[in-house]
Amino acid sequence: MSEDFAVPEKSGAEILIDTLIEQGVDTVFGYPGGAVLPIYDALFQHKKIRHVLVRHEAGAAHAAEGYARSTGKPGVVLVTSGPGATNAVTGIADAFMDSIPLIVLTGQVATNLIGSDAFQEADTVGITRHCSKHNYLVKDPADLASTVREAFAIATKGRPGPVVIDIPKNVQVATASTDVKRPTSSRFSPAGEADYAEINRAVELLANAKAPILYTGGGIINSGPEASAALRELAELCGAPVTSTLMGLGAYPASGDAWLGMLGMHGTYEANMAMNQCDVMLCLGARFDDRVTGRLDAFSPDSIKIHIDIDRSSINKTVRVDLPIVADVGAAMRQMIEVWKGRKYKAAALDDWWARIKGWRAVDCLSYTGSTQEIMPQYAIERLFAATKDKAPIITTEVGQHQMWAAQHFHFDAPNKWLTSGGLGTMGYGLPAAVGAQMGNPDALVIDIAGEASIQMNIQEMATATQYRLPVKVFILNNEWMGMVRQWQELTYESRFSESYSDSLPDFVALAEAYGWKGIRCSDPAKLDEAIAEMLAHDGPVMFDCRVHKTANCFPMIPSGAAHTDMILHSDEVSGTMDDEAKALV
Amino acid sequence: MHIKQELTERHVLTLTVDNEAGTLARIAGMFTSRGYNIDSLTVADISEDHAISRITIVTRGPPPVIDQIIAQCERLIPVHKVTDLTEAGPHVERELALVKVRGTGDQRVEAMRLADIYRARVIDATVNSFIFEITGGPDKIDTFVALMREVGLVEVGRTGIVGLMRGAEGS
Ligand SMILES: Cc1ncc(C[n+]2csc(CCOP(=O)(O)OP(=O)(O)O)c2C)c(N)n1
Ligand SMILES: [Mg+2]
Repeated sequence: MSEDFAVPEKSGAEILIDTLIEQGVDTVFGYPGGAVLPIYDALFQHKKIRHVLVRHEAGAAHAAEGYARSTGKPGVVLVTSGPGATNAVTGIADAFMDSIPLIVLTGQVATNLIGSDAFQEADTVGITRHCSKHNYLVKDPADLASTVREAFAIATKGRPGPVVIDIPKNVQVATASTDVKRPTSSRFSPAGEADYAEINRAVELLANAKAPILYTGGGIINSGPEASAALRELAELCGAPVTSTLMGLGAYPASGDAWLGMLGMHGTYEANMAMNQCDVMLCLGARFDDRVTGRLDAFSPDSIKIHIDIDRSSINKTVRVDLPIVADVGAAMRQMIEVWKGRKYKAAALDDWWARIKGWRAVDCLSYTGSTQEIMPQYAIERLFAATKDKAPIITTEVGQHQMWAAQHFHFDAPNKWLTSGGLGTMGYGLPAAVGAQMGNPDALVIDIAGEASIQMNIQEMATATQYRLPVKVFILNNEWMGMVRQWQELTYESRFSESYSDSLPDFVALAEAYGWKGIRCSDPAKLDEAIAEMLAHDGPVMFDCRVHKTANCFPMIPSGAAHTDMILHSDEVSGTMDDEAKALV
Repeated sequence: MHIKQELTERHVLTLTVDNEAGTLARIAGMFTSRGYNIDSLTVADISEDHAISRITIVTRGPPPVIDQIIAQCERLIPVHKVTDLTEAGPHVERELALVKVRGTGDQRVEAMRLADIYRARVIDATVNSFIFEITGGPDKIDTFVALMREVGLVEVGRTGIVGLMRGAEGS
């Protein structure tokens, strides 16, 4: 609070808002409270930023994730100190696991009160230290602008992630000169292009492979639409089949010829068999997650593995690879294309390989026994897909069987259309993520494919959709069970269904109406198409209570601790118990 | 079912980091949250403007884990550079210890004699006690402390090691 009037001074709150605008922020998801009142007051006076008032801070963080994932821009969260910040932690951890760029602004008690157990004090920087890409406690308004600028760079560059900026209340009120231009530090320099020697080697391996596979992941989505375009071209050039992790769906079109479907625990038989039997695996922006590899010592035992990732710590973390390449995956793929074309390589004759894949595809692993009496959950997703595919919808999900069925039976032809909590597996992600996605894409059709248990974890965000007139659709596969838990208990614990029944469910239609939404219920497969059409025709938010078969299990499935070749394809192969080694792996 | 143990190697890592609030907590906490071991950790600022600190960490793990530790350290924003001295080649490691012994008569004479052999200096003395200051590699200090146990060890303070590469080049 200097007496020097030579340079214009502004409050920390104003500096913050100015810098957010400078960084291109137009939407903030937040919830007010004592420790952020100065920021809220500054927001009130600046109409350039739309503030979306959520109903719980976890909702703010997930909404910002949905916004970020669907627009490619960082999501911004603003919450108060103490409970505001702790409520946001799940969303921060979720964004950290799934590499989603977020800027989380948290209020803090005044600097002189820090450490005194002041009202609504929490050690936000301590709590978020290991679930954020970086975090700051700003103690001087003069540092705010440079901190915010660095935070945006860190959140969005390299492997994206959440960055938390904790701002004590007195720092929001105190003033500082606005022309402090600190040199932007160079301490953060993400990988860009790959080394050409490595790229040449990768291209040679791929061109000479007899059974290559492209194993793609969320890194391609994070790298931007050009990376998805490069993937399509690379796949075309080399003629290899393409599979993807849960997070990478949409980077390669599901309607493309080379598409094998998702891999991993609930991936397709052809994708997992091809991963197991390939001779050259090109891993593009994926991280050999345990849900993908299954039993490590049996994971693709005979292949040469090339791994391109922007995060060096993702390489050789669980699976040793033969050719590690630290680079932006989009840039590296473009380099590969350039080298491939420059050397006039031709796609190798992969007829034998494709013939084997054809054999695996013939297993038709996603088939299920239909019913005319009840809606099978897979059927519901199929019909939803059929009714919406021409509208290029954005799909969010909660966590559970419905999420896996959506990944299996809803097909994506473009990136940024599939928003799901993969790494952390957070129930309650889908509805707020849909709110955020709809804010960022006002004209898009946004659907949360939900489970009746998950949806209750952030159900309060229905009011947010109502307030901002967001026409999101929530399509609940209501099986009256925490289906995924029930499935594991059936498979691993001899059907001892401990606490996995969704008792005392609300009447979702009445609930929808209470929030000013439209509610639809359907339990008859013959009426499903009509009911979905009704949902889509409604120009406002809809909650669709789709009553499905209660005890269907999600197959195929690689039980935890099993190899890719030990997939369970149908429920009649289920054993009912597992040894302790397998039980310990979750 | 039992928890499996793996064979481990000892590695000395040096990190140059921004000297700012939370850096040490970030690094130490990353080790605990990812289940890595820290045998010792030393830190002090080393640049003229106090902006950069050097951290020496002695850790233990199977080779792939050591590799991960380095990668995870590099991933932290305030970390500029990580060097694995154990991998990088010839290097020196030094540690300082303060060792208090109590005793009279023969014990006292013996303590002095051993200290002399180990080139430990007396930095405090009373009629029935000494504090020795000793520097050296961790093995030398371990041995010295073990010997002092025989002649009346009271307590030990150790700094943990710092290390540098041999030769004219910086790490
Ligand atoms: C916050 C949180 N708590 C617990 C879990 C563990 N969990 C995973 S799936 C699941 C059941 C989900 O039930 P529902 O939403 O009805 O989906 P369904 O599997 O029936 O499709 C649970 C409890 C989780 N993933 N997230
Ligand atoms: Mg359910």
